[in-house]
Amino acid sequence: MWKRNTSYNMTIREKITAWEPAAEWSAEGDGMLTVPVETFHDLAVRLKREGFDFLRSLTGMDWGEGRFGAVYHIESTATGENIVLRVFTPAPDKCGLPSVGDVWKGALLNEREAYDYFGIQFLNHPDMRRLYLRDDWVGHPLRKDYDPALNPLRMNNEVSQDSTPHFELMPDGSLIRKREVIFDEGEYVINVGPQHPATHGVLRFRVSLEGEIIRKLDVHCGYIHRGIEKMCESLTYPQTLALTDRLDYLGASQNRHALCMCIEKGLGLEVSRRVQYIRTIMDELQRIDSHLLFFSCLCMDMGALTAFFYGFRDREKVLDILEQTTGGRLIQNYNVIGGVQADIHPDFVRRVKEFIAYMRPTLREYHEIFTGNVIARQRLVGTGVLTREDAISFGATGGTGRASGWACDVRKRHPYAMYGEVDFDEVLFTEGDCYARYMVRMREIEQSLRIIEQLIDNIPEGEYRTKTKPVIRIPEGTYYSAVEGSRGEFGVFIESRGDKSPYRMKFRSTGLPLVSCLETIARGAKIADLIAIGGTLDYVVPDIDR
Amino acid sequence: MKYEDFIDNEYLEKMAEQLREGGTNVVLGCLDDLINWGRSNSLWPLTFATSCCGIEFMAVGAARYDFARFGFEVTRASPRQADFIMVAGTITHKMAPVLKRLYDQMADPKYVIAVGGCAISGGPFKKSYHVVNGVDTILPVDVYIPGCPPRPEAMLYGLMQLQRKVRLERFFGGVNKQIGKKEYEELMRRDLTAEKIDLNVETEHKL
Ligand code: SF4
Repeated sequence: MWKRNTSYNMTIREKITAWEPAAEWSAEGDGMLTVPVETFHDLAVRLKREGFDFLRSLTGMDWGEGRFGAVYHIESTATGENIVLRVFTPAPDKCGLPSVGDVWKGALLNEREAYDYFGIQFLNHPDMRRLYLRDDWVGHPLRKDYDPALNPLRMNNEVSQDSTPHFELMPDGSLIRKREVIFDEGEYVINVGPQHPATHGVLRFRVSLEGEIIRKLDVHCGYIHRGIEKMCESLTYPQTLALTDRLDYLGASQNRHALCMCIEKGLGLEVSRRVQYIRTIMDELQRIDSHLLFFSCLCMDMGALTAFFYGFRDREKVLDILEQTTGGRLIQNYNVIGGVQADIHPDFVRRVKEFIAYMRPTLREYHEIFTGNVIARQRLVGTGVLTREDAISFGATGGTGRASGWACDVRKRHPYAMYGEVDFDEVLFTEGDCYARYMVRMREIEQSLRIIEQLIDNIPEGEYRTKTKPVIRIPEGTYYSAVEGSRGEFGVFIESRGDKSPYRMKFRSTGLPLVSCLETIARGAKIADLIAIGGTLDYVVPDIDR
Repeated sequence: MKYEDFIDNEYLEKMAEQLREGGTNVVLGCLDDLINWGRSNSLWPLTFATSCCGIEFMAVGAARYDFARFGFEVTRASPRQADFIMVAGTITHKMAPVLKRLYDQMADPKYVIAVGGCAISGGPFKKSYHVVNGVDTILPVDVYIPGCPPRPEAMLYGLMQLQRKVRLERFFGGVNKQIGKKEYEELMRRDLTAEKIDLNVETEHKL
């Protein structure tokens, strides 16, 4: 699979070099093109026209010596071609990159993140506020010269601003700062969260209402921003593994799988087939666990408490299986570089099979109690529609994208582990409403069962862990690996300088694109629908904030 | 688990006994016991969770572990109606003032349980630039439940320790302190001004 991508890269790479002779190719790691900042925006528009409509990941960078910039991972949804671009800010003292939020909408929040982390100002970005940190935060934490003593714990309450800065480039090359209004004086703004039972954690919205109708929605993230990416820079590679489980804890196994894959790719390490089997099965069990929790929480948000108990009852069965082998219920710490922590428990196969036999009929029970319910259908069918085009532009992968008809499953797009060899359907709907998003996940449970069924009986013999050197150093270069997490593409980007610890490690959050498309979905909907929309988008807040 | 099986923390009971020997009002003492029996068996938690530990907290509330057996089932979304707060998950710098405010909004008597490594000390994120190293730096904590995340059984155990603590309190003249009207009004006034300063109402207009 890897070879195929490289050869695809050649063609688009050649095209870009033809358009932009100044573009430089660097082959280390995955390889990327450095393009000049002056024409970057035009290039982005052109790429979009060529079919590169999916911005997989946008990573702010500090390359040291005052050089800042960003790395863009872009994919064409039609052909599956990938290209990695790198852009430097013009001069060391001037931090300005053109915003590509008008090309790929998903860039908007990512650019705010890069601003927050590195202080890179994006020109013509409509909303240059910090994304995670408080407005009165001093400095930018992911810069290499950041001093943590600048920011003691502040206990005064934060004031929400009703306007936002915005930078424009003057013809003479200077930046001017303008203000843009988010909420007018006369608008009726209500606050939802961060402590609200229906936001699934500590997410905060400010919603401008007209009667019951949502006119505008402003998302505030960062209430659970733990600074994991910065912490990783001072941890060794094996140590960083522990933190991924805690990002999206309902996809703990998959997240860790992604990081292990990325490091293994960097090291050129092949893992045994036994490991591939175990990892695939674990990922699917985790997916079932997550989707059951999704079902439970959605039902609870909509007032169906009985269904909540059903979901949790069955989820415990998955957790039992996971616990028996890995020792952890929610957070398993199971994957390690080169394999898995321990071999599967002797009872594993039997219990998984029992679970599959149990789960199939139980799913029917779920549909009886909730799916067919009149109230549930009225609240779900037709509300919160996300179009396919928007889903791609925002990069809203996972169940959300597939409910809108976008075949975005990483397991199919870039098959990894055993997914290339098993037979399963990518569940697709076209409606893009809450009901479709709900049904995608319910159907995916069936598909996950199917995948496990195909693998469980023929787990090959072999090593469950390849021996690695005690100190792991990845050769210089940049690496990106992605897996299909429980709620979308979870990617890991590593820039290595050949040290024990990564120079920069970025996690492509599955949840950030989901909250960024929330405003588009919710505008025009009723305020009560916000609960159903939030519930079916199924984001996990620590994964958004990282 | 039988009550006698809790062999730790029994110093609490011993201490209370010693104090009582010094003389308690028979009527008040009995009433105390009765009220505390009631209170400890209907402690209502605030629906509060920031991250991973919160999911385990939900599991404690769900079918298998079912904390309704001990009277915790009425989770309240409003701090005004809650008796205690389970700080389940990492508390970040941005969240800390919000958490403090939630705590301040709860009615007395109120309790805090710190769940998981993050709430106790910052846990795996101790070195992060944006994580509070232990909620006890901002709130008075009654019970600590270690783990990452703690098992549901551990949470139940911790919750039962809180019940124990509640049972030993003096309700009259203790946790149920009555205050005079004047004192009350002054407190309210102070709260209001404090809130204004907190919210930086003046500076907001300047911007
Ligand atoms: S203690 Fe562990 S499980 Fe709990 S919130 Fe912190 S990281 Fe998550």
